[in-house]
Amino acid sequence: MNKPSAATTTNASAAPVHPRASLAEPAPWPGAPKVATGAEHPEDAPLSIHDMTVAYDRKPVLWDIDYNAPQGKLIGIIGPNGAGKSTLIKAVLGLVPMASGKVSIFGKPYSKQRRLVGYVPQRESVDWDFPVSALDVVAMGLYRRIGWCLPVTRRHRNAAREALDRVGMADYADRQISRLSGGQQQRVFLARALVQDALVYFMDEPFAGVDAATEQAIIALLQELRRGGKTVLVVHHDLQTVETYFDELLLLNMRIVAAGETGEVFTQENLHKTYGGRLTLLDQAAEAMARKGVRR
Amino acid sequence: MHWQTLDTWIVVAGALSAVSCALLGNFLVLRRASMMGDAISHAVLPGLALAFLITDSRDSIAMFVGAGVVGVLTAVMTQWVHRVGRVDPSASMGVVFTGLFALGLILIVRGADHVDLDPGCVLYGAIELTPLDTVFLGGWDVPRAVVILAVVFVINALFVAVFFKELRISSFDPQLSTTVGINATVMHHALMVLVAITAVASFESVGSILVIAMLIVPAASAQLLTDRLGSMVLVSAAIAVASAVLGHAGAMTVPGWFGFEDTSTAGMIAVAAGVMFAVTWVAAPRQGLVGKLLHRVMVRLRVLQEDILGVLYRLEEYRGGEGAGLSIAKLGEVLALRPAFASVAIRGLVKRGEVTRTGHGYGLTRGGREAAARLVRAHRLWESYLVKFLNLPPDHVHGPAERLEHVTDAAMHEALADRTDRPEHDPQGRAIPPSP
Ligand SMILES: Nc1ncnc2c1ncn2[C@@H]1O[C@H](COP(=O)(O)OP(=O)(O)O)[C@@H](O)[C@H]1O
Ligand SMILES: [Mg+2]
Repeated sequence: MNKPSAATTTNASAAPVHPRASLAEPAPWPGAPKVATGAEHPEDAPLSIHDMTVAYDRKPVLWDIDYNAPQGKLIGIIGPNGAGKSTLIKAVLGLVPMASGKVSIFGKPYSKQRRLVGYVPQRESVDWDFPVSALDVVAMGLYRRIGWCLPVTRRHRNAAREALDRVGMADYADRQISRLSGGQQQRVFLARALVQDALVYFMDEPFAGVDAATEQAIIALLQELRRGGKTVLVVHHDLQTVETYFDELLLLNMRIVAAGETGEVFTQENLHKTYGGRLTLLDQAAEAMARKGVRR
Repeated sequence: MHWQTLDTWIVVAGALSAVSCALLGNFLVLRRASMMGDAISHAVLPGLALAFLITDSRDSIAMFVGAGVVGVLTAVMTQWVHRVGRVDPSASMGVVFTGLFALGLILIVRGADHVDLDPGCVLYGAIELTPLDTVFLGGWDVPRAVVILAVVFVINALFVAVFFKELRISSFDPQLSTTVGINATVMHHALMVLVAITAVASFESVGSILVIAMLIVPAASAQLLTDRLGSMVLVSAAIAVASAVLGHAGAMTVPGWFGFEDTSTAGMIAVAAGVMFAVTWVAAPRQGLVGKLLHRVMVRLRVLQEDILGVLYRLEEYRGGEGAGLSIAKLGEVLALRPAFASVAIRGLVKRGEVTRTGHGYGLTRGGREAAARLVRAHRLWESYLVKFLNLPPDHVHGPAERLEHVTDAAMHEALADRTDRPEHDPQGRAIPPSP
């Protein structure tokens, strides 16, 4: 963990190239992006972010993000609270507007690649008293494929049930979601991502507030996804487990502090830069901008 | 009560309006945007006034267009005031709708010569007058308001039926919804347009106060009674219809009991819905007040029964043999209970075959002894655990163990035994019953 590391500082446009990424998956449909090529061409990367800046109102929370995600890896996004981890994901998925920059998924804008992307929002972002069953929630992952105005049929429910089975929740399919434990709710969210059958997954703190058994189940599932050649980006908090869980890391605190293979970027120095107080100046400037109404 | 065709039309108008509101209300309640219905039904006023001023007529189409525009405007402006003004959502809603409502009143008063619209009528409606203004339709004289409300009802019902899946996902998880291509903001605005149109269609007949009540109350009641979205929507519609029928019947009869004339039907519909909500809130099986209380009482009773089993077990242990028994009075004394409680608890235990009458009161059956041994085992394992891991002195662990023993299932039994190295005696040196 104390390895000195020269190759991995702020700018990740020197994106890590991954010779090992050669998982040849059959193309899921005609004209699908070449998934076996890794990230030699940043434009074809599962996720490519170029010069992205995101601001809430006028207060910038992410600055100059450049990042290319390698294919077929488990990628941890780490950084302190308020670092902009959730915002990064939301900006990529078009949920918050970017002040500037460009994002592409396998070389095309997200709006054209929805079918390739799965999303697991933070568990607290929804109302768990909502009158739906676990199965209903999982089936939501199929809504895009079902299409507008068409009903959820038995076939879709079977697919959802299968996904629930994969996360060990088959017995809870018909239970209303408020009567599930936190860990079970998180598994439901994961099952919903599974039925999306995507190539790139974004998961916002899937390990938050879950029991040890669920954490193990989730990590096993993530590894299974990786074996299938999927790219999974996971917001994570527990620095203890970072090295065992992730192949790649993205250290974030308003900007990218470091990105690359875990072994290389998970260093004391980078952690200090990410979690230490070095960004207060940038923070102050952002506050001042917001206060005075200066546009970036 | 003397029911006439007139009354039927009044009820039909009331029911159509109530159901139209209730259908949409489900999604407002679930999005925790109930206030938005309130906001919009006030804010449409300037839309109406402008439509009057511009077209110089009570042309329905113009009114509905005006209302729809204002509906979206309210939603957008609320969001905007919230973001730019950095005030919380309900405050910004308050600002927008009072502002628009005031603007509407000014327009109506200023343009009084042109605008044939009475602000009082907007609030309370005039449902009793609806049967007077009729159109000839398929051989019938149908009140104009009923025709308009029927159209709105069909639109709302179709909207909810056709976009059911989209409404579900965009209400439950707007973020996922938007990422899979069902834009939650667009769905929200569509909902707001329909709320505005429904409000306008309902103004003349039932008034905006009833609109607000019907947007919220039936859906809130249905939420207490159901745990699936589909059934919630259907139940809310049923409650809305029942409110209209009971409300009008109530308006015709209730004031008579107190020696008054008929009262406003719109008001009574709201009252009927309110009463139904109150009843549901108290009596809903799982989420209602009585349900929750009952659940608590049952838990208390079970704990008490388990305590009785524990006392009888310890008594046998102390006397060194089976068949020891205690009278109800004695049990009450030991457990510091009124004998009445003790006898209710005992009756339950006898019914389950865990306790039986013996010579000197009540004693354990074989099944009861097994259950009691499990409890005592849990109790003593917990004591060992607390001493071992929390370093509590042995004379301080009885209290916590007394509560923990009631929530210990088989898996926890195993885990406890493992963590405490399967002791044979508890910290006070009493034997721990072996696991069954
Ligand atoms: N909707 C919002 N409006 C304004 N500021 C926001 C909003 N969401 C997040 N922020 C701010 O943006 C920053 C980054 O937030 P977030 O992306 O949630 O951080 P993280 O997920 O890393 O904890 C924080 O300072 C937070 O206060
Ligand atoms: Mg976050």
